[in-house]
Amino acid sequence: MTTDALNVKEKDIVVPGESLAVGMGFLPSWGTYRDGDSIRASRLGLVQMDGKVIKLVPLSGAYLPRMGDVIIGLVIDVLMSGWRVDTFSPYSAVLTLAEATSEFIPKKADLTKYFDIGDVIMTKVTNVTSQNLVDVSMKGPGLRKLGPGRTLVVDPHRVPRVIGKNGSMVSMIKDHTGCNILVGQNGVVWLSGEPENEVITVQAIERICAESHISGLTEKMQRWLEQNAKHVNRSRPQEPMQ
Amino acid sequence: MEQKNHMLKYLQKGIRFDGRKLDQYRLINVEYGVSNSAEGSAIVNVGDTKIIVGVKLAVEKPFLDTADCGNLMVNAELTPMSSPDFEPGPPTETGIELARIVDRGIRESHAIDVHKLCIKEGEKVWSVAIDVCTLNAAGNLIDAAALGALAALKDARYPAYDLEKNAIDYGEKTDKKLPLECQPIAVTVWKIGDYLLVDPLPQEENAADARLTVTTIADGSVASLQKGGDCPLSVEEVDSMVGLAIEKAKELRKALG
Amino acid sequence: MTKSNAIFKRPDGRAFDETRPITAKVGVIKNAQGSAMFQIGDTQAIAAVYGPRNLFPKFLQNPRKGILRCFYNMMPFSGHGERIRPGGSRRSKEISMVTQNALLPVLNLDDFPNAGVDVFIEFPQTDAGSRCAGICAASMALADAGLPMKDLVAAVAVGNINGNIIVDLNYAEEAYDGQVADIPVAMLPNSGKVTLLQMDGISEREELKKALELGKKTCQKIYEVQKQALKGKYKVD
Repeated sequence: MTTDALNVKEKDIVVPGESLAVGMGFLPSWGTYRDGDSIRASRLGLVQMDGKVIKLVPLSGAYLPRMGDVIIGLVIDVLMSGWRVDTFSPYSAVLTLAEATSEFIPKKADLTKYFDIGDVIMTKVTNVTSQNLVDVSMKGPGLRKLGPGRTLVVDPHRVPRVIGKNGSMVSMIKDHTGCNILVGQNGVVWLSGEPENEVITVQAIERICAESHISGLTEKMQRWLEQNAKHVNRSRPQEPMQ
Repeated sequence: MEQKNHMLKYLQKGIRFDGRKLDQYRLINVEYGVSNSAEGSAIVNVGDTKIIVGVKLAVEKPFLDTADCGNLMVNAELTPMSSPDFEPGPPTETGIELARIVDRGIRESHAIDVHKLCIKEGEKVWSVAIDVCTLNAAGNLIDAAALGALAALKDARYPAYDLEKNAIDYGEKTDKKLPLECQPIAVTVWKIGDYLLVDPLPQEENAADARLTVTTIADGSVASLQKGGDCPLSVEEVDSMVGLAIEKAKELRKALG
Repeated sequence: MTKSNAIFKRPDGRAFDETRPITAKVGVIKNAQGSAMFQIGDTQAIAAVYGPRNLFPKFLQNPRKGILRCFYNMMPFSGHGERIRPGGSRRSKEISMVTQNALLPVLNLDDFPNAGVDVFIEFPQTDAGSRCAGICAASMALADAGLPMKDLVAAVAVGNINGNIIVDLNYAEEAYDGQVADIPVAMLPNSGKVTLLQMDGISEREELKKALELGKKTCQKIYEVQKQALKGKYKVD
């Protein structure tokens, strides 16, 4: 009879193979595996304990589309009856005519009138198969083609930090820079405003991603924005809706 | 097209996607002596672009038509490690052009006095091989590569050489430097719409209409040129691009330390 | 077989079980999903991971899982003597392949059907032991890229010079005038299992066993360095 022992604590960073706990009293969950008596990390991550259950929160890695995710994608091809969309993951998605618009599209219509190659779209993942074939849809609030603006790709694991609790971080940046900002679950950020304000927005977002592990980041970013965005005219233009 | 229009909106206001002015380089950093298996080496950082250059020396038989001259060779590897857009395999057009631009800058400015590389006329000369390898490609590879090549040449020391045995001891470096006569600096000026800029980001390179690489030496004279891109340039444009390159070369020369 | 009875001293004065100084750093190539530098003595490896990503040519795709590809390459100026001609050689092809096999046992690419993970390993300078340094760097880069892995992989060359079992041979030792066996070995630090094993030279069975034990001990030490480097990148200060 071995005694149970925990080798790590909440929020420890662990590497693949590292022993997290010994004994049958602990239960392996996401990102961990049982190896005899031990529970080991099966990837690089942050330890999260839930009673006796040990799981990891990933710190890095590619975005994989999940059903229900709202992402920002890029139209990369026009198909027979739909479009191919780059999801900034290893797998591209298909947007079918039926999911693209509620309008009636006649046969042999020029599909580029609706979406053209190079268009940036806010879209929703509606299906992911076992082979990672992905369907996306434009049906839903806020899903649309995005107008002039620039995109920025950040680590998808930093997305919750960029958005902040109930969107607090992103609204704070919007308020200080006057830019419209949209964040996709896939780590693609779209922003639009005056060029010099967009630059400040990009710098702010890059800063959040680089320092995402710091506690008190919101206050720190508040001070940074007050310093760097003090000349910005805060009257934000109305977001164009389609 | 929309992305390019958005970029032009920036350029019209005199700024870039990262907030720089049009004629502003990113931070440049040169580190010497980074590979002790090379006779000379350097790492050049230009913003996020990172390039390593190594110089290898060898003793060879000269070419018949230049019996009293050493050999000079520049090769570039756009390693697949440095960008998701580069693939393993033989050099691409981009890589070959890059190497040839760097080569011409050094050769045509006579930066290396090839006569001084002669050991015994018609029999033995030093050959200088400059290898450029990209570590992280984030725009403006040409200028970074040329700067790195020059830095590695400055860093190079001859290995010990026994003439009798015709053998090089690569384990033993002498303190004799290469015959470096001048410092050729390449500055590439890019044209996007009606705007001229230097040290582009990858997005800017993708949106560019044309570019002109101007290699100059310290007195401001031009040693080599290379136009790239498929948009034509007017003579006036060429003239202002050369002017900008001469100005910017002064800054790069300082960065060499 | 005759072996010299004279007391063997390592050319650089190291103890038999002593490696050259080791340094490691994670996150050295910004464009890559994961990257790491591993240096042991004068041998420096840089590894960068791209992927999982779309894999071409299409015939390489596996609908059941992702594919790992490794590319070992010495920079032209990184050799011990003359310049190395750029482009692949038979040697680099073989080392790429055994590197791949050394890393595959820890990697789980089931979640990435039809996709590919590429590991590029480059050497700015070498002084023997490059394939082992490359494997150490590559396994850290794969972990940094957030890929599912059940362990890291550590590797080191052990050797037998005139019956003396030593670890981490440098070039001078590989070229030692005597009976030399060079045994690169990669191991999974937590299970002690061997994922790469080669030998150039001649050894007795008993010596080989001793050498593998020394390799195992050293891989544990290397694992600690790899661990610290990985944690160092993500550390909260």
